[in-house]
Amino acid sequence: MALVTYALRASFLLLPPHVETPPLLRRALRYVPAAVLTAIWAPELLVAGGELAISSGNERLLAGAVAIAVAWRWRLTFATILAGLAALHFFHWIL
Amino acid sequence: MLAGIVAFGVITGVAMVASGIAPLVAMLMSLVVFAGASMVAAAQLLASGTPALLVILTTVFINLRFMMYSASLRLHFGREPLGWRLLIAYLQADNVYGLTLMRYAETPDAPGGRDFFLGAALAVWLAWQLAVAAGILIGAGVPASWRLEFAAPLAFIAMTVPLLRDRAMIAAAVVAAVSVVAAHALPFKLSIPLAALAGIGAGLAFERSWR
Repeated sequence: MALVTYALRASFLLLPPHVETPPLLRRALRYVPAAVLTAIWAPELLVAGGELAISSGNERLLAGAVAIAVAWRWRLTFATILAGLAALHFFHWIL
Repeated sequence: MLAGIVAFGVITGVAMVASGIAPLVAMLMSLVVFAGASMVAAAQLLASGTPALLVILTTVFINLRFMMYSASLRLHFGREPLGWRLLIAYLQADNVYGLTLMRYAETPDAPGGRDFFLGAALAVWLAWQLAVAAGILIGAGVPASWRLEFAAPLAFIAMTVPLLRDRAMIAAAVVAAVSVVAAHALPFKLSIPLAALAGIGAGLAFERSWR
């Protein structure tokens, strides 16, 4: 992990000055964070026990929806996490 | 800005320990990898029994953005001596990159750019490592019934949502979410790299058709 992370960070900094960055790569890299991060958190909300779980009984999905709303409105990392954890316990308690 | 870094560092420490990484290993990881999102993801994946090779592949995807920073920092630091470039590479972080570029946008020809970068980066690095250490201590002392492991996906939601500022970016996220769920039954969490590629493709396709 350390090695691949460092290799990515060093990649272009170590190239000789005359090499150009391919434009398509530069454009594609823009979408990497949104696509990869979503691919990691979406199953945590939408899949339970190996099954698709889209229902009002899925406390993780409900808590995640609260967190998304908070993140959308305030863009604060800490508030999003606190709201999501509080919502998880709240939905666990009422369901 | 440091408050945000400290908050995310604490959460990273907590989430790693909550997913079952030993406290000392977690701290060592923070020192050598120094990339929060990929560490939280790795802890989560290892906890669900993902093979190491797939964890590394996911790390590559999550940290591809550093390649983008690398490409853009090269315009400013490409002619620095090799030793400095190696240090700059290790210290790259999202907010340091943002700060440096803001400064260059304001004063393109300002001298001392390298020292500005190193000063900001060292402050961020130190705040981050202390915050992770605090998070590891908190995580190790809190009972499992608090369900702090859910902080990991929540942290990713907090990072993703502010990125969704145009249609192409939203398309990338929605397609990634749909594909990862559709492919969730594949072995070794192959659904993650596949969904990432689908999302990136969707972003590029949308950009073409709307602009």
